[in-house]
Amino acid sequence: MWAYVLRRVLATIPVMAVVALFVFSLLYIAPGDPAAIIAGDQATPQDVERIRASLGLDRPYLVRFGAWLWDIVRGDLGTSIFTNLPVSHMIRQRIEPTLSLMVLTLILAVSIAVPMGVVAAWRQGTFIDRLVMGFAVLGFSVPVFVVGYLLAYIFALELDWFPVQGYTPIARGFGPWLNNLVLPAIALGGVYIALIARITRATMLEVLSQDYIRTARAKGAGQGNILFLHALKNAAVPIVTVIGIGIALLIGGAVVTESVFAIPGLGRLTVDAILRRDYPVIQGVVLLFSFIYVLVNLVIDLAYTLFDPRIRY
Amino acid sequence: MSSFVADRGMVNAQTVRAAAPMPDILPTASARGGLIGFCRRNPTIAFGGLLLLIMLCIAVFAPLLWTKDPTALAPALRTREPGARWWFGTDMLGRDVYSRVLYGARVSLLVGFSVAVLASAAGLFIGLVSGFIRSVDAVVMRIMDGMMSIPPILLAIALMALTRGSVQNVIIAITIAEIPRVSRLVRGVVLSLREQPYVEAAIASGTRTPRIIIRHILPNTLAPLTVQATYICAAAMITEAILSFIGAGTPPTIPSWGNIMAEGRALWQVKPYIVFFPAIFLSVTVLAVNLLGDGLRDALDPRMAKRL
Repeated sequence: MWAYVLRRVLATIPVMAVVALFVFSLLYIAPGDPAAIIAGDQATPQDVERIRASLGLDRPYLVRFGAWLWDIVRGDLGTSIFTNLPVSHMIRQRIEPTLSLMVLTLILAVSIAVPMGVVAAWRQGTFIDRLVMGFAVLGFSVPVFVVGYLLAYIFALELDWFPVQGYTPIARGFGPWLNNLVLPAIALGGVYIALIARITRATMLEVLSQDYIRTARAKGAGQGNILFLHALKNAAVPIVTVIGIGIALLIGGAVVTESVFAIPGLGRLTVDAILRRDYPVIQGVVLLFSFIYVLVNLVIDLAYTLFDPRIRY
Repeated sequence: MSSFVADRGMVNAQTVRAAAPMPDILPTASARGGLIGFCRRNPTIAFGGLLLLIMLCIAVFAPLLWTKDPTALAPALRTREPGARWWFGTDMLGRDVYSRVLYGARVSLLVGFSVAVLASAAGLFIGLVSGFIRSVDAVVMRIMDGMMSIPPILLAIALMALTRGSVQNVIIAITIAEIPRVSRLVRGVVLSLREQPYVEAAIASGTRTPRIIIRHILPNTLAPLTVQATYICAAAMITEAILSFIGAGTPPTIPSWGNIMAEGRALWQVKPYIVFFPAIFLSVTVLAVNLLGDGLRDALDPRMAKRL
């Protein structure tokens, strides 16, 4: 078991190295002169040279990659071109709202989507099933900012149930924190709910046709018992896998959701960085999110034994 | 009562399983031929296809559909509410939102189709090569694993931050972000086909690798690839809108749905229609492509239909 855990943890190192190499190489792959593009149209040749030097583009590729990687391993993500602050410092200032939004969305989405998928599979072919599947197609099709504006318009502007925009740190109380995040979390959760509900339904259909479900039914087990104890437990591995993979959707969606609801998080930081062409900041955020994504999926991989004792390492 | 319903559910599940090997698309004795018969058998394809066709017509014939110049400024006539003269109102520079939204369909559809075609072609090539050549496989798939660990929108954002905003660069950026998933899909299909007896027979009888790939492998990847391409098209249209919305996409001079929404953002609490009209068009178009994809999946690839 521990040998497996160690092997899996070690296996993420090459993946992360490829992520780092790829993100780093973007500066070189990009067509044209990135220093000139980052400097903007009104820049003097001196400005372009200054940016070229600060990005290290005047040094050989491998030398710079080595130095850059060594900095990252020590937790130094570089310096913002615009504010001259360390990128890691800027990220630390902005990470709480983003993590709050993502964790809340995750909890909300899983607790809505899994029951939806279970019920749809149980009542396969009925009106409820079609409703759930129809919702899933809509969830995939309506972009997160459209849902965001719609929710904000109805529930904040017209009904005045929630604040239109903004964020309250959790340190100032759970109530205000939650109040500000409900609408963004629902907007961000749309695609995620659709994804989880669909995979739950599909896996449950598969499991419900197994012999042991018929046996459970024959021995007189209750419906809820069969669905949630016998079936859902055996359907857990694919569902949990998709929950992990879907976090990429949450990360991408968070950037937009934060713009719609004016939440001062990492997404907002990224958007500001794009407008200022502050590439080190974008690079830092992309690296951080990719590492989080790899780590979450590693943990999920390792958690399979909890759901399915047949899986042994 | 509940056990009765549950039993019915079980019977249903079994009939579905038993029926699964026979794809819908094969004409059965009772099915009528022709377009009407096809639509009756595949209502999802028909509905999605019709919606998409309408959007295509809007994009192609935008100049004929009572539109004005989508970039013409009229500061005196800014932020007029939707009405008889301006069907979707005007924005804060007095431009006609109706005309801008209709022309915006061109950008979305162009980006969606281009990315779907380019990413499928590149993914098909990479998947075929790495599925067949072991030494390439190890290296290429590690690179793809790494790329897949970067959330696609962030990857596209990073690429766009380094290039000048243009429709062409948006297409390239989204294509690069989508390639790993297609490659993985094609490679998976290739690996499972390699074990098929007819491929082994072809190898045993001395058929050369390029010929095996083209004659025996390629045709079998087309069904799942077509389905995947429609989903990529839908995802690319959303990504383009997101990129333009946050200012990393098409240049502001081009009316794309993301740009129109970005411009309406500052005023959306008082003039919500500037945001909502492009939002509705975007959602309907993506819905059309997704429905088409779901229908194609059910018709072309029953194994996949069972899974999701």
